[in-house]
Amino acid sequence: MLPMMTIDGIPVEINGERNMLELIRKAGIELPTFCYVSDLSIHGACRMCLVENERGGLEAACSEPPRPGAKILTNTRRLRKYRKNILELILANHNRDCTVCANNNKCRLQDLAIRFNIDKIRYKNTSLMPIIDDSSACVTVDRSKCILCGDCVRVCEEVQGIGAIDFAERGSRMVISTAFGVPLAKSPCVGCGQCSAVCPTGAIVVKNSIEAAWSDIDDPNVETSVQIAPAVRVALGTQLGLNNGTSSMGLIVAALRRMGFDKVYDTSLAADLTVIEESQEFLEHVGSDSKLPLFTSCCPAWIKFCENNYPELMNKVSTCKSPMQMFASVIKASSANSKKRHVHIAIMPCTAKKLEAKRGEFTVDSVPMVDHVLTSQELIQMIKESGIIFDQLEPEAVDSPYGVVTGAGVIFGVTGGVTEAVLRALSDDHSGMVIKQLAQVGERGMEGIKEFEIKYKNRPVRVGVVSGLANARKLINSVLSGEKVFDLIEVMACPGGCVAGAGQPVADLNVKIARSKGLYTEDKLSAIKTSGDNPLIDGLYQGVLKGRVHELLHVSYGGAHQRLHHSSDQSLELSHENDHGANGQGGNGQSENDHAERNPPTPIHDAI
Amino acid sequence: MPQVDLSLVDGIIDGHLGHPSAVITILQEIQEQYRYLPREVFPRISAKVGLSEAKVYSVATFYENFSLEPKGRVIIKVCDGTACHVRRSLPILSRLQKELNLTDGKVTTEDLLFTVETVACLGACGLAPVLTVSGQAHPAMTPDKAADLIKAIRETELKTAAALASEHSALRSNDPSTNAVGN
Repeated sequence: MLPMMTIDGIPVEINGERNMLELIRKAGIELPTFCYVSDLSIHGACRMCLVENERGGLEAACSEPPRPGAKILTNTRRLRKYRKNILELILANHNRDCTVCANNNKCRLQDLAIRFNIDKIRYKNTSLMPIIDDSSACVTVDRSKCILCGDCVRVCEEVQGIGAIDFAERGSRMVISTAFGVPLAKSPCVGCGQCSAVCPTGAIVVKNSIEAAWSDIDDPNVETSVQIAPAVRVALGTQLGLNNGTSSMGLIVAALRRMGFDKVYDTSLAADLTVIEESQEFLEHVGSDSKLPLFTSCCPAWIKFCENNYPELMNKVSTCKSPMQMFASVIKASSANSKKRHVHIAIMPCTAKKLEAKRGEFTVDSVPMVDHVLTSQELIQMIKESGIIFDQLEPEAVDSPYGVVTGAGVIFGVTGGVTEAVLRALSDDHSGMVIKQLAQVGERGMEGIKEFEIKYKNRPVRVGVVSGLANARKLINSVLSGEKVFDLIEVMACPGGCVAGAGQPVADLNVKIARSKGLYTEDKLSAIKTSGDNPLIDGLYQGVLKGRVHELLHVSYGGAHQRLHHSSDQSLELSHENDHGANGQGGNGQSENDHAERNPPTPIHDAI
Repeated sequence: MPQVDLSLVDGIIDGHLGHPSAVITILQEIQEQYRYLPREVFPRISAKVGLSEAKVYSVATFYENFSLEPKGRVIIKVCDGTACHVRRSLPILSRLQKELNLTDGKVTTEDLLFTVETVACLGACGLAPVLTVSGQAHPAMTPDKAADLIKAIRETELKTAAALASEHSALRSNDPSTNAVGN
C-alpha cells in the first residue's frame, strides 16, 4: 500500500510526487503560486503556496517533499490572511495599468487578485511609471510590472542554457537584469520568448505588430499576402472555442480573408522546399565526413544561439533558409511586377521569427522580405478584434498557386518533424508501410533529447533530435568532446518544438501533446506525405526558382549579404542577377554555374 | 585606471580550478588586485567558470563588498553598527562626506584617493565610534578627529607623490618636458 498524507482531512496517496504542491494539486486543490513552474527548479520565493501543518507551523508546499503520515491544511483563516497580504504587497509594488496591459486577462497576478477578492490595497503604490526595455525585436520588458518570481531567469538558464538575465542588486533594489543592465538586444538573448511564456504578469510580453499589420491591410495601395506556419493551426484551441490541438487551418484561412488579406498561403509548402533542399544538402555532406553533422536551420533562435555560442559550427548549419524566409522570397520574387506595393505577413508560433525577419540577410534595400511577423496570440487578438465568431466560420482553402501541401511540411511544427520529413525524402519508397515505419524510428515524442540510428544505403545514419537549447548545448558538447557522433542534428529552441513556441497561447505539457497529435493527424489525413511528391514543386523549380535556387532558398549567415554589397565585383554580379530576376528572365550564366541548378531530387534507389 | 591584465585573472580562476562554486572567492581575489571589479573581467569569468555573465553580475551586485566602480587608494570604513550608531557615528560620516565632497551614492573622490563607505559592524564595539583607514582601526572618533585624519593622509600622500616625482625627474633630469610637481 502506498504511503498516505492527509490534506484538509482527506487521505491522499503519495505516488512519486516530487513535492507537497504536486500532491495537493493531485488532491484537487488549486494551490496558488507565482514562482512554481513544474519544468523548472524550485525557487520558493513567492510564499503563496504556504500550508499549515498539525503543529501550526507554516511550510511552503513547493519546497517540501511529501511526508507520509503528515497532516496539513491548505485553507485556514490564517493562510487566507497571509496570502491576501502577500498579494497586497506585490500589488503595491506593481504598475497596475491593467486595462491597457498586453497581458490583461492572461495575468496570474490579476487572476489571484480576483480569486482572493482583493478589493483594496492598504499600501502606497511604489511602481507607478513603466520602466521599459524595448530593444529586443521579440519581447518587451517592463520592470515596473515585475514581481521578482524569477521564472524568466530560470527558464532562460535551465531550459535554454543561456542565462541572458538574472537577479541583480538585493533587497528593495532587486531587479531582473542583463549583465550590467545592457539592453536585452545587446545581451546573449536569442529571442525564443520562453521568458514571456512563463512570466505570470505583463513584465515580459511578446512584441506586438498588430497595428502595423492592420494599417497595411487597410491601405488600398497595398496588396497583402500572408503565410500560416504549421504549428499555428493547432494552437488557437480553447481561446476561440475549439478543442486543444484541433487543426483549424480552414477556419484560419476563412478568418484571414474576412479580415482583408488578399492572398492566404500555407508555410508548409515552403517546408516542402526546405525538405528537398536540406535532404539534397545532407547527401552532399554525407560524401565528406568533415562536414558532418549537418544541423537543421529552421529555428531562428537556434541560429542565433549557434552564432553566439558555437560560431565555429556555423559552417555545419544547413544553408537552407527557414521555411518562412523561403516562402517570403518565392512570393516576393513572383510578385515583383505587381502594381501595388506587396506586403508579406507571416503568422508564426514564434517570437524569434520577429528577429529573423529583421536580419540583414533577409532584408533587401532595407525592406524585409517578411514585412510583419504576427504570433498565434496576435492572430487570436486580431480575430477577436474583427468580431469574427471563429467556430462558426465555414472552412476555406488556401490560395493557388501555392495551394497544395504535404504531410511532411505540416509536421515541421513539432520536434522531430523536420527529421521525419527529411527521412521520408531520402527514402525512395513512399508507400504507406514505409511512412509508418519511419514514424517509429525514434524521432517522435516530447523528450528533449532523442538519438537514434537508421540504415541508409548500408551506411548507418546517426540522428540527434533536440528541443530546448540547454539540451542542444548538452548534445553539442558531447559531439565536440568526441563522445558522440552524429550525421544529422535537428535543433528546435522551444521544448517540444514550434507547437510550444512562445508566440502560441501558453500551454502545459498536455496541451503541447494535444497540439502535436493535431499535426500528426493532419499528416495522416493528407494525401501526399512526402515533400518531393508535392505536385507544385516541379512548377516552382521550373518557374520562379529557375536559376535562382541559391538566391531564393539559401542563405549564408554572418553578414554575407552586407559583404556582397561592400565587394564591388560581387555587388555588380548581385545587381545583375537582380535585374534579370526583376525582368523575369531567370539568372545569368554565371550564377547558374555557381549555384548548380537543383531539380527536385530523384528518389534514391535504395530503401532506407 | 589600471590596465586590466586578463592573464592575472586567468591565474586567479585557474587557482580555483574554474569551479563555479568558487565564484565569490574568485571575485574577491580579483577585487584585491584592482581594488574593484573591472567590467572586462566578467566575460572572462563567465567563460572560464561556466556561469552566465548575468549570473556573475548578479553575485557581484548582491554583496555590498564588491564594487564595480574603481575605489580610492585609501578606503575609510565608518562603522554604523548598533554601538557606533548610538555613539553618533553618522555625524562622522556626514563630516567625511562633506570634507571630501561625497554623497551616499558617490563614495570615491575624483582623484581616486579616498573611498568612504559604511559597514554594519567592525566587531570593535568597545572602541565605538570606530572607523578604519585602509584596514587600520581608529577608535573613539569625532567628526573633527575624522577631518584631521583625512587632512593628515592627504598631506602624506602629497609628500609621497612629490618625493616620487622628484625622484622621477632626477632620473630623467635631461628631459625638459618632465614636470616635477603636480604629476
